[in-house]
Amino acid sequence: MENVVNHSSEVFVIGLTVFFLACIIGYYVVWSVTPALHSPLMGVTNAISSVIIVGAILAAGPTGYDISKIFGIIAVILASINIFGGFIVTYRMLSMFKKKPKIKKEN
Amino acid sequence: MSSSIVAILYLISALLFIFALRGLSHPESSRRGNVFGIIGMIIAIITTLMFKSVLSYTEIGIAILIGGFIGTFIALKIEMTALPQLVAAFHSLVGLAAVFVAGAAFYDPASFNIGQKGSIPSSSLIEMSIGTFIGAITFSGSLLAFGKLQGTISGKPIVFKFQHLINALIFLFILLLITFFVFNQSTTVFWMIVGVSILLGFLVVIPIGGADMPVVISMLNSYSGWAACGIGFTLSNNLLIITGALVGASGAILSYIMSKGMNRSILNVVLGGFGGEQASTAGSDNSDKIVKQGNAEDAAYILKNADSVIIVPGYGMAVAQAQHALREMGDILKKEGILVRYAIHPVAGRMPGHMNVLLAEANVPYEEVLELEEINPDFPMTEVSFVIGANDVTNPAAKTDKSSPIYGMPILDVERSSTVLFIKRSMATGYSGVDNDLFYRDNTTMLFGDAKKMCENIVKALN
Repeated sequence: MENVVNHSSEVFVIGLTVFFLACIIGYYVVWSVTPALHSPLMGVTNAISSVIIVGAILAAGPTGYDISKIFGIIAVILASINIFGGFIVTYRMLSMFKKKPKIKKEN
Repeated sequence: MSSSIVAILYLISALLFIFALRGLSHPESSRRGNVFGIIGMIIAIITTLMFKSVLSYTEIGIAILIGGFIGTFIALKIEMTALPQLVAAFHSLVGLAAVFVAGAAFYDPASFNIGQKGSIPSSSLIEMSIGTFIGAITFSGSLLAFGKLQGTISGKPIVFKFQHLINALIFLFILLLITFFVFNQSTTVFWMIVGVSILLGFLVVIPIGGADMPVVISMLNSYSGWAACGIGFTLSNNLLIITGALVGASGAILSYIMSKGMNRSILNVVLGGFGGEQASTAGSDNSDKIVKQGNAEDAAYILKNADSVIIVPGYGMAVAQAQHALREMGDILKKEGILVRYAIHPVAGRMPGHMNVLLAEANVPYEEVLELEEINPDFPMTEVSFVIGANDVTNPAAKTDKSSPIYGMPILDVERSSTVLFIKRSMATGYSGVDNDLFYRDNTTMLFGDAKKMCENIVKALN
């Protein structure tokens, strides 16, 4: 019995509670990010916001083909582009911020 | 799997996302943070695949492979200077995905346990339409931002009469449509919400351009989070709500930091049109003033004889791809025993942190790259400021000229150093349309030319 949704006001209030607490966590966590890493921050938030793929998979889940399933599959593709693209581009950025060896031997 | 196990796995995934952001507090912990994010995402996907209602593994697998391949290909190929447009494009995909998920929930609510088609509870309909609305705005707004950054369409702000009134009316119209939708659950109204929201997304971004792009990108980043939140409420999924809120908060804070970097309110940026009008620079007609010009040899001589140099990069450095030549120049100076540091203005570039990434790409150690508050006190003790591709962020008028459009904006105090070397293509004004008094000062030497060429020539002259 996964994903049981009883759309009573109680469920909504729980969601709202979670929402506000998450906003507050987000506020403090993001202020602690060093300004030098603001671009990777955008990369990573972009990747994790694609967690919307969860909804896309549920829509693409049932057998048979109807419009909702096709929407789901399209959304899975779009979200996957973001997940892979977002994490990889962030990885690329962050690996540039590795400590550089002090010896310079160019020229 | 029982619903409580699902909830716990989603919770773990949400916590990992929080750690992913937390890791970015320092470059050394940031890579571990990224790995946390990836693990969190894998847990979320696998947990969802275990749902009883999820059966079509082949189709989902193929879809993930296609998307994964495209995403990987783009992310590996993209030039670091093109990051802002890449991020904009990615935001638009999140928005579009949100619209499709909302659409799927509308056509087949049973898969999401929110009733049957035609009898979806009102609360779900409201949440669904809000998710759709924000998703569609994110999609079209980001698409336009992408076009502007890529140069496909003019980056100039486009303003017309009654712009804000029209936007406000469209917004009211969308609220009206949502109300209709909640009562009659009509397919037509659903797609009207999508269509009109897409239109609004374009109209919201159209008056914003140029140096305001960092704010736009951060804002769209925020929207993409709120869109995920909206879908989270529709599906009563805490993971989506938490992640959406994190992303939304992150984008909002970045927008705030960027607007503050320009001494403007977010509202002022959003309403847009800045720099479009001819700025009235009262009392600073500089047409008869003399500009001291120099060439690469002069610059090399000045730099070589300095004890300390602060380099101030801006968007022009990114456009000219001058970061590697610049770093080479810095290396030679360091070998001469000169203290070389880099000063970054919060709004330098086209997205938050853009300059830091470009300098890191060119192998500049991050310890040498300093933020405005850290470096500003050091300018009076510095012999040479080397401005490359920045303009408005160095304009002293921001401190003195009350009539200037950029008055009050925090700037890098380059004019306090003994000598200023200023690389510029021509005498054209910066983005704000304001003339820069710095050019006419006695201690300023203008180096006219392409930023990359100039750095290469200075390197040659230094050797």
